[in-house]
Parts: sequence; structure tokens; C-alpha cells
Amino acid sequence: MNNLSKTTHEPLIHITKRAAMDWWKACLVRLASIVVALLLCAGVIILLTKLNPVEIYATMFKGNFGTPRKIWVLLQNLSMLLCISLAVTPAFKMRFWNLGAEGQVLVGGLGAMACMFYIGDRLPNVVLILIMLVASILGGVVWAVIPAVFKAKWNTNESLFTLMMNYIAIQLVSFFIMVWVPNGSSVMGVVNADSRFGWLPDLFGQKYLFNILVVAVLTVVMFVYLKYSKHGYEISVVGGSENTARYIGINVKKVIIRTLMLSGGICGLAGFLLVSGTNHTISKNLAGGMGFTAIMVSWLAKFNPLMMVLTSFLIVFLQRGAGEIATQFRLNESVSDILTGIILFCIIGCEFFINYQIHTRNKHKEETV
Amino acid sequence: MIGTIFSFIKAAIIQGIPLLFGATGEIITEKSGNLNLGIPGIMYMGGISGIVGGYLYERSTENPVAVLCILIPFLSCLLGSALMALIYCFLTITLRANQNVTGLALTTFGIGVGNFFGGSLLSFFNQSGSISLLTTGTYYKTPLPFASKLGLFGDTFLSFGFLAYLAIILALVSSWFLNRTRSGLNLRAVGENPATADSAGINVTAYKYWSTIIGGAIAGLGGLYFVMDYTAGAWTNDGFGDRGWLAIAIVIFALWKPKSAVLSSFLFGGLYIICVYIPNLSSSSKELIKMLPYLVTILVLAFVSMKKKRSSQPPESLGINYFREER
Amino acid sequence: MGNAAIELRGITKCFGNIVANKDVNLTVNNGEILSLLGENGSGKTTLMNMISGIYYPDEGHIFIDGQEVVIRSPKDAFDYHIGMIHQHFKLVDVFTAAQNIVLGLDEPGKFDMKKVSARVAEISQKYGFDIDPNKKIFDMSVSEKQTVEIIKVLYRGAKILILDEPTAVLAPQETQKLFTILRRMRNDGKAIIIITHKLHEVLSLSDRVAVLRRGEYIGTVDTVDTNEDELTEMMVGKKISLNIERSDPVNPQERLSVKHLGCVSKEGVKLLDDVSFTAYSGEILGIAGIAGSGQRELLEAIAGLQHVSSGEIVYHNPKTDKEENLRDKTPLQIRELGVRLSFVPEDRLGMGLVGNMDIVDNMMLRSYRRGKSVFLERKAPKDLAERIIEELQVVTPSANTPVRRLSGGNVQKVLVGREIAASPTVLMAAYPVRGLDINSSYAIYNLLNQQKKNGVAVIFVGEDLDVLMELCDRILVIGSGRVTGIVNGREANKNEIGLMMTQSAGGKTHE
Repeated sequence: MNNLSKTTHEPLIHITKRAAMDWWKACLVRLASIVVALLLCAGVIILLTKLNPVEIYATMFKGNFGTPRKIWVLLQNLSMLLCISLAVTPAFKMRFWNLGAEGQVLVGGLGAMACMFYIGDRLPNVVLILIMLVASILGGVVWAVIPAVFKAKWNTNESLFTLMMNYIAIQLVSFFIMVWVPNGSSVMGVVNADSRFGWLPDLFGQKYLFNILVVAVLTVVMFVYLKYSKHGYEISVVGGSENTARYIGINVKKVIIRTLMLSGGICGLAGFLLVSGTNHTISKNLAGGMGFTAIMVSWLAKFNPLMMVLTSFLIVFLQRGAGEIATQFRLNESVSDILTGIILFCIIGCEFFINYQIHTRNKHKEETV
Repeated sequence: MIGTIFSFIKAAIIQGIPLLFGATGEIITEKSGNLNLGIPGIMYMGGISGIVGGYLYERSTENPVAVLCILIPFLSCLLGSALMALIYCFLTITLRANQNVTGLALTTFGIGVGNFFGGSLLSFFNQSGSISLLTTGTYYKTPLPFASKLGLFGDTFLSFGFLAYLAIILALVSSWFLNRTRSGLNLRAVGENPATADSAGINVTAYKYWSTIIGGAIAGLGGLYFVMDYTAGAWTNDGFGDRGWLAIAIVIFALWKPKSAVLSSFLFGGLYIICVYIPNLSSSSKELIKMLPYLVTILVLAFVSMKKKRSSQPPESLGINYFREER
Repeated sequence: MGNAAIELRGITKCFGNIVANKDVNLTVNNGEILSLLGENGSGKTTLMNMISGIYYPDEGHIFIDGQEVVIRSPKDAFDYHIGMIHQHFKLVDVFTAAQNIVLGLDEPGKFDMKKVSARVAEISQKYGFDIDPNKKIFDMSVSEKQTVEIIKVLYRGAKILILDEPTAVLAPQETQKLFTILRRMRNDGKAIIIITHKLHEVLSLSDRVAVLRRGEYIGTVDTVDTNEDELTEMMVGKKISLNIERSDPVNPQERLSVKHLGCVSKEGVKLLDDVSFTAYSGEILGIAGIAGSGQRELLEAIAGLQHVSSGEIVYHNPKTDKEENLRDKTPLQIRELGVRLSFVPEDRLGMGLVGNMDIVDNMMLRSYRRGKSVFLERKAPKDLAERIIEELQVVTPSANTPVRRLSGGNVQKVLVGREIAASPTVLMAAYPVRGLDINSSYAIYNLLNQQKKNGVAVIFVGEDLDVLMELCDRILVIGSGRVTGIVNGREANKNEIGLMMTQSAGGKTHE
């Protein structure tokens, strides 16, 4: 029978699903994809700047770690991206595509800013900050719960619904800026710059430390919540199979709404941290696209909050590094979006090699002979 | 008053054209089961590719020829946006990556490329200022020759550059293609039930690739229209704004029918600029009026999901990748 | 090879670590009907999928009319005039019959649906089908859909037809009609392969029978020279008596009474119509019926998962002697009433378990709410998982393996084990042995019998009448959502049950 094996028309490659890949192999694949991505990025940068790639990566490194201030900014950016990523994660784990983090952060920030603006000078600072916090969380919750209710009741497509909510939030912020800023300008300056009413305090003289600590605690809490709490378990079940959830008596609608309240609430918190702890002003770019980046951070980390520290670090590192290159070599800031895109493509693509196996015919023959 | 109404209609159509390109492209893409959230990025890419092509041509010659002024940006736009769609195809179809995540990454990338080259193109050639391709823009804006003779009607409906009519023609052709041709039938089958299409001998991968790439190229033309016709050859970073997402909203609003997308796009275009036409509006209320298109989309989305009518549902396999040997 | 339409040599196919087909040889001639016989999971469908281009073999050769061929895709299969009618119909729901029939074809000339309809009518006439080409698939009955599938492959000029368990979803009368058509096609010179595990169909229809067992090719025999005993032996390897243990019910008491239950689908179709019966403790009540006659809706209505439009579901609580109406209660409310109802649903990974979670986490599904803590308690479920793995001999690397990685039989053991561990008073099981090998099936029967002896009211929905008649004390027959009879399992007659199954209110069966 073996003499028949002169088969020439067989498909050259042939793909099957893998049973399971060892975790360390999977890690290697992911690592390899990052290396490939960095090489590709280097290629792009060389094309644009005609500089030595080593020098470029050195610049990127310097941009992130060059001075203590840069490190603090890195940590601050990292913690904000991480915070929003943590926010979208419970929803994703439930297979609810919350693409509306951007808007939820904005409305949260708007809540804080409204408090600063209207009652900023009438209350003790601690009380004011607490009220701001509540207003922010409430704002985020409302913004997330509306699409959640529609999803739960009528199975309305949540990714498009939340997406549209972003732009309503943007217009809402623009509206209030127009109302608050007297001279018709669309830019709002720093609020309470002298009195510092509604500003989060510096800890140990560090402006960003408060934010960073809050997010660090939140990361651990979210990890525990998802893995060890009954709520987290219900989220996994609903995400795994809605029918099974119904079968064991989980109120799926309730879980969807509850989880989105959590998701929106944390987004609102992020808005609060951005307004009260970082910017002390508001603009429609408050979230600056982090709502979308967060989705990818969460996805790349496979919804694991601890892994998200790494993935969000990777992205923030790149963005800040690219920013440094941009200023150093007088390029446009958007280069960081290009690099982020390339890295994401590589990491997204590499999952294929973890989940699937490619057989080539030639290799196959060697095995059988 | 009538004059205002007609000029509003005209402005609505102008605003609607890029949306229509985007929506038609996304409908063709989604009919294959691919939910391409990278469309906003692709439209940026289409715009900047056209700009780069036009810029290089205008630089290279003293006396730009009309045909080349039109053709070069047009082709480079198609090429740029098709390449973007190809990235999406390779990742989601061949490598079976998640469609939402891939699409969002593509949008980040596309907007980045657009703004990067838009901002730095001139500095590569040691020039300063911002890009402005007046000659090319003028050719793109040339209206139908007899438009000016038809008074108000001609001015309202016939005074656009050729891309506007191309948008409508493409939408109608897509509608005919999907409903009246063999390939259209096959494509719809791929989006509804890829396993069935596969067992019927349809090359699912090829259909998904081609429809996504062609859809991407069409969407890219929306970006081209914006930079060449609407802004007459000038690029401003983030100038295209969030129109790409509006195009995706129109797909839902039009219930995945390219024919309905035509009027839907003009409606959305109208909502986009209606604040300019309402007299005595404060600048803050204008911002509120600008919410309208998004609010309307949400209402339609909610309404359709409540009705659950069989013929108005999205393609059944939308968002799900196909793997033949799935067990 | 002379008259051989298709010949397979040395075909092997693996999925991960599972060998689905091992060194299979098979020949089918023109103008003959070959039955491919084998238990569930013996690799019949996998083998046929390789002929029709869905899968690609790891090893081996395929010959058509004596020429070696490579079938890379369904399109290749069509080009070799091979057509397969899958068990799960491959039709686009929102298309019409005619649109489905021409799908993927590359005919020359203008695309004209009228011409298509005319050809469909011509084919229908030739073989005796009855179909409206412009009817949408989502408006069709199962039998109509099957007809569309068959016309689809004939329209493409198929000379080799493969039918994957075509009778599983048909009433006996519809089956007879199908067989008549198949014989007509055989006489027309076509080569027909029919996958089945129903012996009487094999004997009445086919010319030759090929048998697979656990993925291996056992042999081919001429139908005239064989009988049920020999085929069974080839199929299962050793002579087995279907002797399923059955004890007499001890002290039966009313446990669950369903009274005039009605249930209507969203489209307004009656799924259940005036269904009444009582399940007793200490007995196994079988439910027989053609697939999709309302079995699923009935069990889900009892479990609180299906909206009910009329009637009552009364539970007699043995502890309190109180009666509780379960109608319109959620699964959680039912549990809170103290009703210990266990349910093994038909779709194990889609409803009973979560495929991505490991065995331990799946054990918690029913019990995770226990205690006031906001955190999970994983100790007890872990112990339970380990106990079930040991007692039911679940083959798994560990208790932390996601259940979707387990084979069908082991998935079922995990599910049934969990449901029994809840010490139910009513245990409902829908097709609990579907897709399981003989040994696993018997393990499940034993578990059900044990529960019966413990005084549990067991409701068993099955598809194999022989099993139902040997396992159950009483059999409730359901046809098109109505109860068409309740018979004693010890005295029942197979034909009698078969007849009841095909009775229905709407007169949907073909006479």
C-alpha cells in the first residue's frame, strides 16, 4: 500500500485544533510574538527616522524611566489604564462587550467636576471629595446600566449600544464645558487651582501616589472577586453558558445588570481619579481612548487582573516611549498609535498558534514513514 | 425659508456621503459574518492614502492633469483601505482572532497612521504648514456640468463631485448584487450559516476575504470623499472625527440593506449638522443637538431588538469565526 | 474494482488524542445500497465526512471509479458526484428551498430562480418528492427539510449519496416513504450509503452492510446472508443481551403530577397540549417519542425553565406531605420550596455544565450558594468531584480539567454524578446515553436503577425503544406535544408504541 503515497494534490498545510498547550509553551509563543512586534516596530521607526534601532529603544526606555518624574507619570498612566481595564473585565468575562468605558469614564469625571464647580467652596475638602466620589461612581453606573437593562430585557446588541453611549457622553461634556466656561471657549482651565478644593491630596509629596495606591488595591480586590467570590462565579457561569446559568437558577438578567453596575462604577471611579487626582479639569478627551485600549488590555491578559498589570504596562510603555521618540526626533505623537496597533496585531495573531496546530504534508510523511 | 431648507438638504447629503460609503462597505463586510469595527480606522486610512497619493503627484509635476489628479488619489485610497481590510482578514479569518478586538486595534492603528502622516507628511519633504491639495480638491469637487442650469433643484441635488454619485451607485449595485446574483446569494449564505455554505461547496474563506476587502475599499472612499471633496484637499488631524462609528450605526439603522442605507445616511448627515440650521441656538445647546444621531441609533437598535422580526435581524453568524473542523 | 463507485483504503483520522477512524477499508458499488452500521461514536459520521470533504484524512487513499482522488473540500466532493445528507441539516434558514438547492452552484448562464424551480419540479417528479420551492426553510417540517437536502444533492448530479441517520428524525410512515425513494434511486444506478444503527432498517433496505466498531473497520456482509444477531455481534464485539436489570417498584407513591399542561412557542405553535401524567416514587417512567415532539419542553417546564400557558405541575413533598404547584416558579424558587428535583438535560455542555470550567467548579453549580459568605467554598465540591471521578470511573487527567476536554461519556458521568449527588426525590434525564458507548450506557442505566431503588421518581426520556422497554416500568408516549398513550413497560409491544409515536393532533404524518 505504501507505494501509493505519491500524492501530489494534497493540501500543503492543514490546520487542526490543539488539545491543550503547555502553559510554558504558550508563554513562549506570546513572548515570541512580542519580540516579532518589537522588531516590526523597529523596522517602522527606522523607515521613518533612519536611526539605529538600539538607539531608538534606548530612547523609549529613557522616555519611560529617564527621570523620577517620568517614572511617576508612567505609573500614573499605567494605573489609569489598568483601572479602566479592571472595570471592563467583569463584563467581558460575562461576554458582555462593554465598548462604552470611554463614555462611562467621561460621565464619571463630569460628576466629579460638577461637584467641584457647584459646591466646591462650601464644604470641607474631605466631604467634598467623598461627594465627588459618589457622584462619579453614580454617573458611571447610570451610563453602563442603561445598555445593560436593554441587553438583559431584549437582548439588544450591547457593543453597538455602549459605543453610541460614548458619543452622547462626549456631547454632554461639551455641553457642560460650554455652560461652565464663560467666554465661549471650549477649553476648561484647571479648577480651584489656588484653593485646591476637590483635589486629592498628595501622599508623601507625590501627586500621583493616591491614584496608584487606589488602583493597586482595586487590582487585588478584582482578582479575588472574580476568582473566589460567589458573584465572580456567577459571572463565569453566565459567560460560559447562559442556558446553564438559567438551568441552575441564576437570574441572568440580575447578574448582567449587577455586573454592569460594577463595571460602570469602576469606570466612574477612574473618571473621578482623573478629574480629582490628576487633571483637575475636564475635556472630552478625558479618557483619551483608554476605554478602547482597556478592552485589548483585558483581552490580552485573558481577563486575569494580575496579568493585566503586565499587559497595560506593555502598552503604556510603548505609548510613552513612542511619545519620547516623537519629541526627540520631531515626529508626530500619533506614532504611538501605529506602534500600539502593530503590537496588538502580533499578540492577537499569536493566539492562533496556541490554539491550533499546523500540519504540513511533508512533515507528516516523515512521521509516518 | 425654502432656500434654507434646500441648503439644509444639500448639507445633509454632503454629510451623508462619507457615511454612506462607510455603511455600504460595512454591510458588504457584515454580510459575510465579519463584524469589522475597524471601519473608522479604514476610513482614516482611505483619506490619508488619497492625500499622500495626491500630494506626491502634485509635487512631481508642474501642471497636474485632471485625470491623474483624480485617478492617483482614488487608486491609492483603494489600495490603502484594502490593505487595512486585508490585515483584518488575515487576523480574523486565517488566524481566527477575536473580531471585536481586532477591529478596535485596526481602528487605533488606522487613526494613528492617518494622523501621523497627516501631521508629518510635509516635514518629510522639509516643508511646513498643513497639507492642502487645492488642485486635486477642485477636480474632485467639479459638479455635473448642467447642474447650474437647473436652479435650486440642480444646486441641491446635482452640484456634488462625482464621488457623491458613486456612493449612491455603489449602494444600489451592492443591493442588486446581494439580492439578484449567484455570488450575492452565496455571500449571504456565508454570513448566515458558514458550515452550510461550506458543505454546499462555497469557498467560505475566499468569500469572507473578498467581501471584507471590497467592503473595506468602499468604506475607504468615504475618507477620500471627506478629504478631497468636503475639505477640498486639506487634512486636519482628527478632522474626520467619529463618522466611522456613525457609519456602523447606519448599518443597524438600515437593517443591513444597502438600499435603505442611502436615505439613512442622508438622514444621519442631516442630524449631524441640523444645529447649524436651527436659528437662535446657544453654543451649549448646539452640543446637545449633536447628540441626536447617536440617540436615534440607540432608539432604532432598541426598537429592532424588541420587535425581533425575522427579516430585520443581523446575519446569523455575525462576529463568529468559522473553523471547518470544529467539533 | 470494476463496478465500484467508491473505494476507501486504509483511512485513518485522529482528533487530538482520539482516534476516530483507524485503517478503514470500504467499497460501494453502483446501483446498491450499503448500510454503514455502528454504535454511536464508532466513527461512521467521521468516515463519511472525509468522503464529502468536511474532514481530511490523516492517512489512506480514496478511489472513485478506480481512480485515486483527493477530496480537499466539499466542492471537490461535488465534482466527483458525491452528495451527503447530514444528520443536522445544512440549510440556510432565511432562504427558500430553491435558494438552498442552488447554493454554491456555478451553473453557466443567467441566474434565474424560475429555471431553478422548474428543475426542482422535474427532479421531484422523477423520484416522487413533494416540495414547494419557494417556501422558506424556517417554515418547514423536519421531513420537508430532509427532502430539500436530498433534492439539493440530486440537483448537483450526485451519483454517490450518503445519508447520515436519515430516519432518526422521521416518523415510521415518513421513513417508509424515504426508503421507497432510496430504492428508486438505487434502481436508477446510484450508489447509496446510509448510516444507521437501527438493525431492522438495515435488513429491510440495504444490499450489503459494512460495520465499524470503535473507529475500526470490522467487515462487510451481504444482507441476505446475515441476521440481527450476527450484525449485533459485529457491532459490539461480543454477544450481549440487552438484559437491563429491572426490579419491581417498591411502595410507589405519587410524587409529581402533571395536569393538563399546555405550552405555546413564540410563533404560536403548540409545543405541549393537554399533557397529563403522574410520576411515582420508586419507578422509572420512560418517555418515548420522535425527537422534537415536546420532550424537551415538558422536562424544562417541570424544571421551571419553560413558560407554561395552561395546566399545573404538582409536587407531593414526601417530608411534609404537602402539595406544591411548581407552575411559573423559577428553578431557584422550586429549590427554595424544598423540592429536590434533579435534571440531566439533553444538551450537556450547553445547559447542564459549563465547558470552560473544570470539574470542581462544575460540581458547585448547584451548591455554590450555600452559606452566608460572599466567598466560594471549594472544599466540598472538590471532594465530590474526586468521589465521582473514582466511583463512576471518569477518565480525566485531574479534577481541574475543563469538562469540554473530556469525552462525551465522561462528560455525562460528571453531569449525572452531580445530579444524583444532590439526593433528589425526582430525577429527570433527557437522552442520558446519547453518544455513549455500551459500557458507559450500562453504567448510566445502573445509576438510574439505583436511584429507583432509593425511592426516587425517575423520568427517563429515551430514543431507543428496546432500552425504554427493558428499563422502564411505564412508558409515556408523546406525539406532537400530546400524550398518545401510557403503557406498561413489561407488557408493551414495540409496534404499538411505534404507532402511538406517530399519532398526532395535527395529522402531520403522511399516510
